Amino acid sequence: MTLFSRKTFAHGIHPPGLKDDTKGLPIRQFPFAPVLVVPLSQHIGKPAVPVVREGQEVIRGQCIAQPDGFLSVAMHAPASGVVRRIGLTPSITGRMTSGIFIDPFPASTQEVPEGTPCDAATANPEEIVAAIQQAGVVGLGGAGFPTHAKLKMPEGKSVDTLLVNGAECEPYLTTDHRVMLEHSDDVFAGIPYLMRATGATRTIIGVEANKLDAAAVLNAAIPDGAPITVETLPVKYPQGAEKMLIKALLGREVPSGGFPLDVHAICTNVTTTAEIGRLLPRGLGIQERVVTIGGPGIKNKGNYRVPIGTPLRFVLEWAGMEENLTRVFLGGPMMGQAVSSLDIPITKGSSGVIGFTSCESSPLNDSKHYPCIRCGYCVDACPIFLNPSQLGLLAENGEYLRMSEDFHLMDCFECGCCTFVCPSHIQLVQHFRIAKAALRKAKVEAKAKDDAKDEPKPKDEPKAEAKAKMLA
Amino acid sequence: MKRLAKILDIRSSPHVASGQSVDVIMFNVVLALLPVTAFAVYTFGLAAILTLATAVASCVGTEYALCRFTGRETSIGDWSSTVTGILYGLTLPPSLALWMVAVGGIIAVSLGKFLFGGLGYNPFNPALVGRTVLQATFPVAMTNWPATPVDRFTSVPSSTLAWPFTEPAYDAVSTATPLASWKFEQEMTDTGDLLLGTVSGSVGETCTLLILLGGLYLVARRMMNWRIPVAILLTVALFSGLLNLSNPKHYADPLFMWLSGGLMLGSVFMATDMVGCPMTHPGCVLYGILIGVLVVVIRVWGGMPEGVMYAILLGNAASPLIDNWIQPRVYGTTGNQS
Repeated sequence: MTLFSRKTFAHGIHPPGLKDDTKGLPIRQFPFAPVLVVPLSQHIGKPAVPVVREGQEVIRGQCIAQPDGFLSVAMHAPASGVVRRIGLTPSITGRMTSGIFIDPFPASTQEVPEGTPCDAATANPEEIVAAIQQAGVVGLGGAGFPTHAKLKMPEGKSVDTLLVNGAECEPYLTTDHRVMLEHSDDVFAGIPYLMRATGATRTIIGVEANKLDAAAVLNAAIPDGAPITVETLPVKYPQGAEKMLIKALLGREVPSGGFPLDVHAICTNVTTTAEIGRLLPRGLGIQERVVTIGGPGIKNKGNYRVPIGTPLRFVLEWAGMEENLTRVFLGGPMMGQAVSSLDIPITKGSSGVIGFTSCESSPLNDSKHYPCIRCGYCVDACPIFLNPSQLGLLAENGEYLRMSEDFHLMDCFECGCCTFVCPSHIQLVQHFRIAKAALRKAKVEAKAKDDAKDEPKPKDEPKAEAKAKMLA
Repeated sequence: MKRLAKILDIRSSPHVASGQSVDVIMFNVVLALLPVTAFAVYTFGLAAILTLATAVASCVGTEYALCRFTGRETSIGDWSSTVTGILYGLTLPPSLALWMVAVGGIIAVSLGKFLFGGLGYNPFNPALVGRTVLQATFPVAMTNWPATPVDRFTSVPSSTLAWPFTEPAYDAVSTATPLASWKFEQEMTDTGDLLLGTVSGSVGETCTLLILLGGLYLVARRMMNWRIPVAILLTVALFSGLLNLSNPKHYADPLFMWLSGGLMLGSVFMATDMVGCPMTHPGCVLYGILIGVLVVVIRVWGGMPEGVMYAILLGNAASPLIDNWIQPRVYGTTGNQS
């Protein structure tokens, strides 16, 4: 382990860490809510298909929904209980999505029966990919991308290095920190699966220097002879972004519009890795996740193992909230999404539940807007080296197409550094989100128009019908 | 169990901010200018106090009046017109008639800034716009440098209090600035005097050390791009050094070039005005080099002894073009942005 490594990326920001409240608190089990709601879409890709019916009794850890196609994962019952109904539930995106409502049995021991194990030493890559999909594993850092989909090597691509992301650069969040401290054995159990599935020959665990204790624990726990190293990284946001981590640890740049595979690297979150190491040898599926419940609006801050599907209302009532709690968001304060309803359940991607009181949220809401003074702070902050100031001016004029064609809008991964530093309090990243959404919508509409043109041709009738069905 | 009383407040991330603000930055520029201002008052006495007060009052007053007139929310709270006023005042000769000071101040904010849409939209440094107009309108008054009287705290030069729209009468004793005496009489000024500011010149351009002190404060607070003054000063040193080597008698040495005239004040406080300079670091260096070259060219071959003002204005004019040429290379791409 190299202490005080200078390996990092250029630009970025230094928000206050605010992790002291929870970084010393061990992970505790969270109680079961009276009703758990497991959304069928907790990941990028197609929603899972339920394999239970209303009124059916389920055992904790039992598969209750199967993946629909390759870019989809299975769902597991977070508690032993009875399926009350399968219906709509609010989600963090603001839309209603389908979910399975489970009433846990109050008197159950909630034991999890083990399934078919998958052994890292003997399983072939296809078996590992299938097992990870069946275990319902998605990126637990918050992205929610199905992990197995990253591991499947396309024709002609190869990976030399597996990067395990223990940067946890978002303020407040301490889940990765606690997992590294308490479950380093799971991390090292998970790494062989990932290396074997991808063919990577070495592994680097990147840990930010504000978690030196975790880095030391991991370093001491490296199995003898394993090609694994632990690197500490300077504390800087967004060090935990995939592209930034690859730049810092390998000095490689993922091509614009490309994937880490293009530079022979693969990146997984440390908690995801630990979860793979915990679940696969026992044939289990994800039925809970570690969540940091914190922020000034929360009374009993801590790191909890929360059953998937626990409604936020239950989380907040159980953890206790301050009188003047005004804002709740899932994830860290830089990229986390504010919740519009407390009926939204905890999902696999929820790394934190952070509550703000009016003291923290009002300065931001009431801050006075000034015109852009071209100070260049945002240009110095953008880790992707965009020109947020220029993009912001274009966005205000609605020139979305120029933003993406001339100024690489689509390379923006919405880390929020530009808005964080802007002394004029211009909502840069928020503008970019709107611009990106508008462009995506325009693309879909343009495609629909093209398809409509094709329609009158009698030859294409079955094809057009299929497309119309798809659009509907 | 407690229930949430209020409605949840929804906002797109990020939910935290650096706390930096335009008014804080501008206020810090005012703070950084205080030592220079205090020294100006010490050197030139009542005349400097009156000049600076008039400059600031005319700039802030114009901003306030224009906001009222156009029905906008008043923008004097962002301190930017105060910065303009102080900088503008510091570039004026200490004996300038106060009515002229006021005319320049009104022009600086109205034509230099408000006409383009106010803070952030002005292509040129407003303080320099005001000074340029005065230089063109009142060339005699703008190049009159009276010797500093001993009773500077009890009396003011008669020219200062000239009635509006009358030609001021000048006190008999007048001196030349170091640059003018070099240019027109080939006389050099002592370096120590230049550093400490015990020479004649505009209100606030004389004491190099205090200007640098203010600049260092802003750099330490990350409110100024140090690359701009460094690029300007190095370019001036290199260019004038080469000329000086070729003919030491005819061309002044780099140290004199650095310390005389408005170069320090201009490169530290005016060229670094965020609104008028390029956004990228390489762009800022190019901008600094351009200004440095122009300063030497105007000083050596131009008709006037001083050229910092025009050099910076030309640099301001070039900076959108520089921003167009020099954009950061986007991560994961090979080419530049358009």
